[in-house]
Amino acid sequence: MTADQPTNRRTFLKRSAAIGAVALLPRPALAQGAAQHVVVIGGGFAGATCARALKRLSPKVRVSLVEQRQIFVSCPFSNAVIAGLRTLSQQQFGYEKIAQSGVEVHLAAATAVNPETHVVTLSDGSRLTYDRLVVAPGIDLRWDALPGYDQAAAEHMPHAWEAGAQTELLARQLSAMPDGGTVVIAAPANPFRCPPGPYERASLIAYYLKRKKPKSKLLILDAKDAFSKQRLFENAWKELYPGMIEWVGLSAGGKVTSVDPAAMTLTTDFDTHKAAVANVIPPQRAGRIAQIAGVADHTGWCPIDPETFESILQPHIHVIGDAAIAGAMPKSAFAANAQAKACAQTVEKLLVGEEPREPKLINTCYSLVAPDYGISIAGVYHPAGGQLVEVAGAGGISPLDATRPFREQEAHYAEGWFKTITAEVFG
Amino acid sequence: MNTDKNVPGSETDGRRRILAHPCSSLFIGVALCLTSFGAAQSAAVTEPPPGASACSGCHATDPSVATPAPRLVGRKPDEIVAALAAFRSGQRPATVMDRIAKGFTDAEIRAIAEWYGEKQP
Repeated sequence: MTADQPTNRRTFLKRSAAIGAVALLPRPALAQGAAQHVVVIGGGFAGATCARALKRLSPKVRVSLVEQRQIFVSCPFSNAVIAGLRTLSQQQFGYEKIAQSGVEVHLAAATAVNPETHVVTLSDGSRLTYDRLVVAPGIDLRWDALPGYDQAAAEHMPHAWEAGAQTELLARQLSAMPDGGTVVIAAPANPFRCPPGPYERASLIAYYLKRKKPKSKLLILDAKDAFSKQRLFENAWKELYPGMIEWVGLSAGGKVTSVDPAAMTLTTDFDTHKAAVANVIPPQRAGRIAQIAGVADHTGWCPIDPETFESILQPHIHVIGDAAIAGAMPKSAFAANAQAKACAQTVEKLLVGEEPREPKLINTCYSLVAPDYGISIAGVYHPAGGQLVEVAGAGGISPLDATRPFREQEAHYAEGWFKTITAEVFG
Repeated sequence: MNTDKNVPGSETDGRRRILAHPCSSLFIGVALCLTSFGAAQSAAVTEPPPGASACSGCHATDPSVATPAPRLVGRKPDEIVAALAAFRSGQRPATVMDRIAKGFTDAEIRAIAEWYGEKQP
C-alpha cells in the first residue's frame, strides 16, 4: 500500500487546496508524456460498460479492457434457457464492437496487480501500467463453503450461477428427468449475485414442469428467512403453479449443510432430501483478482467509497458491479451497468484533476414468473454516511394486486431492458 | 473475430487481443502506436447529469435500439419533465416509473430531461 489514501470528494478538495491540482495528475502519464491509461479488469455488465462509457466520454484516454473469455454469456435471462424458453446463443455477446469503439480489448486473464507501481500483469505475459484501475470481476463461487460441493460435484449438481455450460447442463438434466421427480434448489444466504434469481429460476422451472412433467415437484431449501420480491413470487406461485413449489426458509430448517453428489442428496439440520435434479447455488465472493489486488476485505467483497467507487483499501483502484459492497444496491446487472457509467464519469474527472460529481443511481430488477408474467423491484440510490443508500419514499416492488395485463407489460419491459442494455454494452 | 495477433515490443502485446480492423495487420501495428487511437471514431459526448446514465439502462440513448420503453432521445425536455411529475404524483399510470420518479428532485429531473432532449433522434 502506498501512503496515499483513496480519493473521495472531501479528501480531494482538501488535497487540492493543500498541494495544488497539478500534483494530483497521475505520475505514469506525466512521466511518459503519453495518454492517460485506464485499465478495466472484467468484461461483464460492469467492466464492459465502464470501458465503453469512459472511451465515449473521453476519447483521448487510453482504455484497456481485460477479459479472459472470448464470449460473454449473460446471466440475466439465462433462467429462461434452463426452462427451454431461450437458446444459450441468445445470451452470448462478443467484444468486437467494443474493440471497434476504440477500447483496447485484451483477451487474457489478469494474474497480478501491483497497487504501488500501478502495473497489471496478464496471463499472456504482457503488462499494463495504469493511471486508474477499475476492478469488475463479478463473483467467484466458493468451493470451500459447502461440504461436498466442489467443482466435480457441480458436474452432477449444477450451480448454473455463471451462465454457459452450467446453464445447459441444468437444462439437459431437467429435460432428462422422469415425470414425478423432485427438483431441489439450494439458495445461499445474503449477499450473493442476483437476489431474486433463485426464485425466478424456481418459477420458470415450475412453468416447464407444469407443461411437460406435471407430477413433479420443486423444493427450495434456503439459507435465509426472507427473499427478494417474496410476496409477489409466493402469490404468483399459488396462482400459476398451485401445489408445485415448496419453499423452506432458514428457521424451518432450510439451510443446506452438506451435499452428496453421488447419492444426489442434500442435507439440512433436520432432513436429507433426495433430488432427481439438484441445483446448488453456493456462497460467493468477489472474483479472485479482487483478492489479488488487495481490494477485498475479510468478507470476500470489496469496500468502496460510495461517491467515487474507489477502493477503501487501495488508492487509484475502483471497484464496481457484483464484487463491490455497494450498500443498499443489489448485485444485479442493472446496478452494475449504472455503477459503471457513474464510475466512468468519476474516473474521467479525476484524470483531469476535477472534482467528481456525486452519483445518483437506479436499479430495476425484473423477474419472470412465467414468460408473460413479470414482476420488478426498483430503487434509487445516493451516497450518504459512507454508504450507497436508498432514496426514501422511492422504489419498491410491483403492486401485489396488479392485473394480468400489468404483469404482461412488466414481462415485456423485462425483455426490452435486456435488449437495451446488451445493445448499449456490446452492440 | 480476429485473435492471436501479436505485436512485439509493445506494452500491449496481448496475444489474444481483439483488434478493431481485422483486415489490415499493418494498420494494426500503426494504430497501436497512436496513443489516442479511436479518438477519430467517436467525439466526446456531453456529460450526463447525475442519474441520467442510469436511465439509459432502459431508455436507450442510441436511437437505433428498438425497445418498448418510450424513447427519450430528442424529446422536448418539457414533455419529459411533465411526464415525470405526473408519474411522481400518481396521476399517470405506470409499472415502474412511479417508483423511480419519486427518487428524483425537480432540478435533477430537469437536467436529465435536457440531456436527453439535446440528443439527436
